[in-house]
Amino acid sequence: MTRIVLGPFNRVEGDLEISLDVDAGQVVAAHVNAPLFRGFEQILTGRAAADALVVVPRICGICSVAQSAAAAAALAALCGVEMPANGRLARHLIQATENLADHLTHFYLFFMPDFVRSGYVGRHWHAAVAARFAAVKGSAAPAVLAARADFLKLLGFLAGKWPHTLALQPGGGTRAIGSAEAVRILALLRGFRAFLEGVLIGDALESFAALASEAELRAWGEERGGDFPAFLRTAYDLSLERVGRAGDGFLSYGAYGMFPGGVWQTDGAVDALETGKISEDGRHAWLVDGPARHPAEGETYVDADKAGAYTWCKAPRYGGRIVETGALARQVVAGQPLARDLVARHGASVTARVAARMIELASVVPAMERWLRAIVPGEPFCHAAALPESGQGAGLVEAARGSLGHWLSIDRGRIERYQIIAPTTWNFSPRDADGRPGPLEQALVGLPVGEGAPPTIEHVVRSFDPCMVCTVH
Amino acid sequence: MKVLWLQSGGCGGCTQSLLCAEPRPLFDELGDSGIEFVWHPALSPESGAEALQRLGDCADGTTPFDVLCVEGAMLHGPNGTGKFHRMAGSGRPLTEWVEGLARRARWVFAIGSCSAFGGFSANTPGNPLEACGLQYDGDEPGGLLGEDFVAAGGLPVVNIAGCPPHPGWIVDTLQKLALDGLTAGDLDECGRPLLYAEQLVHHGCSRNEYYEFKASARQHSDLGCLMENLGCKGTQAHADCNVRTWNGNGSCLRGGFACIACTEPGFEAPGHPFQETPKIAGIPIGLPTDMPKAWFIALSVLSKSATPKRVRDNAAADHPVVRPAVRKPAK
Repeated sequence: MTRIVLGPFNRVEGDLEISLDVDAGQVVAAHVNAPLFRGFEQILTGRAAADALVVVPRICGICSVAQSAAAAAALAALCGVEMPANGRLARHLIQATENLADHLTHFYLFFMPDFVRSGYVGRHWHAAVAARFAAVKGSAAPAVLAARADFLKLLGFLAGKWPHTLALQPGGGTRAIGSAEAVRILALLRGFRAFLEGVLIGDALESFAALASEAELRAWGEERGGDFPAFLRTAYDLSLERVGRAGDGFLSYGAYGMFPGGVWQTDGAVDALETGKISEDGRHAWLVDGPARHPAEGETYVDADKAGAYTWCKAPRYGGRIVETGALARQVVAGQPLARDLVARHGASVTARVAARMIELASVVPAMERWLRAIVPGEPFCHAAALPESGQGAGLVEAARGSLGHWLSIDRGRIERYQIIAPTTWNFSPRDADGRPGPLEQALVGLPVGEGAPPTIEHVVRSFDPCMVCTVH
Repeated sequence: MKVLWLQSGGCGGCTQSLLCAEPRPLFDELGDSGIEFVWHPALSPESGAEALQRLGDCADGTTPFDVLCVEGAMLHGPNGTGKFHRMAGSGRPLTEWVEGLARRARWVFAIGSCSAFGGFSANTPGNPLEACGLQYDGDEPGGLLGEDFVAAGGLPVVNIAGCPPHPGWIVDTLQKLALDGLTAGDLDECGRPLLYAEQLVHHGCSRNEYYEFKASARQHSDLGCLMENLGCKGTQAHADCNVRTWNGNGSCLRGGFACIACTEPGFEAPGHPFQETPKIAGIPIGLPTDMPKAWFIALSVLSKSATPKRVRDNAAADHPVVRPAVRKPAK
């Protein structure tokens, strides 16, 4: 048996290293290492409670708004404030903009360039895929970057800028939108819809969102123009619908009041979310050991020379179970028929995770159009929030790449404890105290590796759309 | 012009911001200026061993390159070991990589306030991350490369500070370098390019009329000036955010929240809650740059007493409740 270390595993957000134990050209065991420690839980401690709104977006440059939303929700829970209707609609729009922009960035900039690799020369699709999706140089890039930059102009209106806004407050948003601006935002949304329908998906969003089974999806994609249909044909040629399974437990906190949260059981039932079942342990992290704790009681103290540790990432578990989070989890938990069918047939896979992001693009953009139209100009966007001197609060939101939770307690107006569990902390969890590997560590076992092997490992790792800087907050 | 990009103790937001460059798509704009990435952690095809080979070739001089761009703070901890960030696949602290590569680069750019000055990473009490910027530790010269560091091209580290920087600040500085080179005269006292740092965030602020009359916002989403109550430092922060604008028509002020002076060294530790203006006897402590205090107070008193009703009422609302009067031409 040999050990192969892959790193820097790039085109993910942040730094990533993967160690593989290999026997006869196959992965026998995988260890995922997040090699950077950020220390944000310490950076937050001792600051004024509302300062969390300035600090937490800077945990992550790609899930910045999601971090803001989690902190604002935790502070809102502390003081019991509710957002006015306009504030809630603007919040949905702001979070959806970041989440969908991230799906786009992931597909084109991070994920697809792996199909350009020389190992695929000779496949019938390779020349076309290489011309289209080569990193930086591919023909897709200019229109994608323009569509992304234009779409993020929504946040120029709604949140001042992206990333790192202070527009998300416990009681709503700092930016009220008038009817003249709503017209301009709608024009931006229509521009994004046109890009998705004309370039990425190759069909009306509503038509794609109505596909209800894998058979329908496959037939739909066979002759169709568009970059996602091109991916589908490539993925079926490589049987990626059967690659990358990770145990099929799925967690979602629920999003936009549109996708209900919960926990998917492998028997097909969805359990209501019980946040008390969440725990983290740091046995294999370079952190001082202790029992698995609920994040409201969590601790993060460095022990950089700890024996048996191999990452800066803790191991979160739900009721002791290993769960995956992300767009696929969100859609499976919410009962989206195509996502459910893909998982029922093959379990989670590279193809299913990518398809779930497309489902979200196709279903959330029309919802954004509705939210925008529902805003009532002149009505308030923000309620005043008076933070108490002490108390505890939790903020649970869905980032593009899955479930993000913030747990904070304050004392005499200052942050006493701040614990974060990010989506990739779940997905790229190390082994827990019982030695059970995390979702990616499971998904990599059995994959081909070494000289001449296809880049299957790359596809599986990037199918999670990892965000390492969040992971190691 | 070949650009090598590395990330360390930061959020990756500088790259995410950069990808929003406009009006032309980033890769087209850079490509047409002859600027290419030797390697970029978020964008390049090379991963794992291929990437390490490329970085190694840059470090030992086999592959010449022009600009080293570094995003994120330099982490020396714990206890000087650099273990808080060892580059994946190499086992070596990222600080070692940066020190070696900086001596091969003709120009070294700190991308963002973490890399320039240390940022939030350097600002935990006691600095357990042992973090600093490339050539600054907060507002003190020094940092990883030391006060005396000068890259082969003749300049110390160019600090494209901001949290994050505007994409235009990065693209324009790279283009300026590719077109005419950069000299010390192109940078301010903190090493920031004057092409964005010779202005104040205050310039072009859409709330200027409220500022003139000291008609202040009292709570979030109010339209009034954010300086008196809500912590805004736009009159002291060096950047052109309200002239260049962000993501189309945005800026922090236009978004309804305070400028936190994120281009300034030490912005992350203001000594007061970010969204509250510290005052003595009702007067904000942080007065506008270049403004004598006595005059500021005198003008404030005068302008407050002269505030039109329209400005006063709108300042405390989230949408204009009084429109500017329409005057009929005199007959």
